[in-house]
Amino acid sequence: MDFIIQNVLNALQWGSFYALIALGYTLVYGVLRLINFAHGDIFMVGAYISFFLAGFLIGPLVGLSPVMAFIVIVPLTMVLTSLVGVTLERVAYRPLRRKGAHRLYVVITALMCGLILEYSNLAVLGASRLKFPELVEKQIWNIGGITLTNLKVMVIVAAILVFLFLQWVVTRTRVGMAMRAISYDKFAIPLMGIPVDNIIVVTFILGSGFAGLAGLLFAMSYPVLEPFMGMLIGWKAFIAAVVGGIGDIKGAFVGGFLLGFIEVGVVSVFPSTYRDLFAFTILLLILWMKPTGLFGMPQSTKI
Amino acid sequence: MKKYSLNILLVVFAIGLLFAAHFRIIDSYIQIVFMTIGINIMMSTSLNLVNGNMGEFTCGHAAFMCIGAYISSILSVFCFGSKFGDPLLPAASVLIVFPIIVLIGGAVAAVSSLLVSVPSFKTRDDYLAIISIAVNYMIISAIENMDFIGGSRGFQGMKDTVWAMIDIFDGPWMLFWVINFTIFTVWVIRRFISSTYGKGVNAICQDEVAAEIMSVNTNKIKIINFMVAAGLAGCAGGLYSHIIGYVNPQSFNILKSTEALVMVYLGGMGSLSGAVISAIIFTGLLEVLRSQAIIDGLLSPVTMMFPDWEPSAGVIKWVMIPLLLVIVMQFRPEGIMGNRELGDVFPKLKKFYRFK
Repeated sequence: MDFIIQNVLNALQWGSFYALIALGYTLVYGVLRLINFAHGDIFMVGAYISFFLAGFLIGPLVGLSPVMAFIVIVPLTMVLTSLVGVTLERVAYRPLRRKGAHRLYVVITALMCGLILEYSNLAVLGASRLKFPELVEKQIWNIGGITLTNLKVMVIVAAILVFLFLQWVVTRTRVGMAMRAISYDKFAIPLMGIPVDNIIVVTFILGSGFAGLAGLLFAMSYPVLEPFMGMLIGWKAFIAAVVGGIGDIKGAFVGGFLLGFIEVGVVSVFPSTYRDLFAFTILLLILWMKPTGLFGMPQSTKI
Repeated sequence: MKKYSLNILLVVFAIGLLFAAHFRIIDSYIQIVFMTIGINIMMSTSLNLVNGNMGEFTCGHAAFMCIGAYISSILSVFCFGSKFGDPLLPAASVLIVFPIIVLIGGAVAAVSSLLVSVPSFKTRDDYLAIISIAVNYMIISAIENMDFIGGSRGFQGMKDTVWAMIDIFDGPWMLFWVINFTIFTVWVIRRFISSTYGKGVNAICQDEVAAEIMSVNTNKIKIINFMVAAGLAGCAGGLYSHIIGYVNPQSFNILKSTEALVMVYLGGMGSLSGAVISAIIFTGLLEVLRSQAIIDGLLSPVTMMFPDWEPSAGVIKWVMIPLLLVIVMQFRPEGIMGNRELGDVFPKLKKFYRFK
C-alpha cells in the first residue's frame, strides 16, 4: 500500500511538470492553431534564467537569503521567460502569419527556433552540466512510511493553481473570451474590433511564463541543468496535451497527469527502459479510440 | 532526344561519379558526402509524398528508416556475416542478394507504416502528428529493449557484406547502390504521383470529404501512400546502415525526423524537384559548416571580442542552419519551389527535357 501511495505521489509530481508545460502548448494552440515546438526549449530557458538569477541573488553582490531569493526569483523568472516567448513570436511567427504562410511552415519555424535555443545555449555555456543551488531547504516528512518532500508538494500545488488560474482566465475574463473567439473564427474577429495581435502576445506571455515556472520548479527538484533537458519533456508534454484534446485547458491538465501516471506506473513494474515503449503505446491506443483526444471537440468540416 | 535527355544526363553523371570514385579522383570523404546526399534525397522525397502531396503532417519518418536499417542489416549479417554463425549464402551471390535485402527492409518498413496509416483514417493533422511521433518513440524504444540485436548499444557487422562485394570487384559499390536506389526512388515517386493513385493523393490533399464523394477510396489511398513513403524510407535506412556499418536506435530519433521535415518544407510542399534540391542544399550546408575553419572565419568578429570563447563547429552548425532556415522562411514562406516543379519555375527548361 505504501508502495502504491508513494508511486502515486511521484506520478503526481511528474504529471505536474507535464501539465505545466502542456498548458502552455494548449494555450498557444487553442488561439493560433500553431504547435509551438519551441515550448519545451522555452522551459529549458526558464530553468537557466532561474539558475542565473539564483546565482546572482544569492551571490555576494546582492546577498539575499535563499528563501528571500526564491520569493524574488519566481516572478522574475516568469517575466523574463515570457519575454523570450514573446520575442520568438514577434521575430519568427508574426511575420510569417502576416504573409499568410501555410500553418505547417510556422510549425517548422517553431521547430527551428527550438533548435536555435538549444544549440546556442550549448555553444555559449558549453556542455558542462550546471548544478542548481538549493533555494528552499528540503524538508522530508514521513507519514506512515510515505516520504513527502516540501518540493513535491510545492510542484503539485503550483500545477493545480496554474490550472485553476488559466481556467479562470480563459472562461471568465475578457481576454479569455477574445482568445476563444480567435480560435473560433480568426477572420471575423478583427472586424469585431478585437486586437488580435495583442491577444496573441498575451497568450504567449501566459504560456511562456508558466513554462518558466515549470523550469524553475524542475531545476529545484532535479538540480542538474543541461541544454537538452527541454527537448524530451517538451515533446512528451505536447503528446500529453494532444491526448487530453489540444486546445482545451482541462484536457492538457488531465493529459499531463495521465502521462505522469502511465510513466511512473510502467517504471514501478517493468524495467525503466520500457517506459517510452509502454507510455507511447498506451497513448497511441487512446488516440486510436478517441481521435480528438479525451476532451477535444471534433472539428466540423465544411463542404 | 528531348525524351531521353534527362536519362542520358543522369547516366553520364552516375558513370562519371563512379569512375571518379573508382580511380580515386574523389576521396572517400567526398564519396560519403555524395552517398549522404542520395540518402537524404530518398528521405525527403518519400516524406514529401505524405507531408507534401497528401497534406498530412507526420513527423516520425525516421522510424521507418530505423526499421528498414535494422531489418536489412540483420538479414545481411545472417546471409553474409559471421556474427550469427556461418553465412547462409555464398559470398558470390552478394550482388544479387544485396538489393533484395534492402528491398525486404523497405517492405517490412512499409508494413510497419500501418501503425500510422490505420489511425489516420479517423485522425487528422495535429493528432496524426502525435501518432507519428509516438510511433517513432515506440519503435526506437522497442529496438532498444531487444538485446539480441544489441539494444541501445547498436548493431554492427554489415561491413562483411560490403567487403564481400569488394572481393568480387574492387570498386565503389555502396556509391553504386545509393545512386541506383536514389534514381529508383525518384522514379517510383514520379510514376506514383502521376498515376491514378497519385491523383487520388492530391485530391485528398485538396479536400478529403470532397474526394470521398468523388468516389476516391481515401482509406486505400492513404494506406498505399504511407506504404510507398515508408518503404522508400526503409530502403534509405538499409543503405545508410551499410554505408556506416553500424546502426544505433538513437541515430533515428526525432532529430533525424526533423531533418527530413526540414528538407521537405525547405523545398516546398508537394514539389518533387524541390525536395531533391533542398536535400542537396541541406546536406551540402551540413557538410560545409562541419569544417572548423569556416566556422572560425564566420565567427571571427565575435571571438575577437570574447577571446575565451571557443565555439565548436559541430554546435555552431546547428545554430546556423536553423537560423538560416528561419530567415529563408521569412523571405520565401512557401519554401524554395512552392508547390511547383522545376519545369514550372523555369518554363524554358521544358524545351530540353521531359520527366515522367
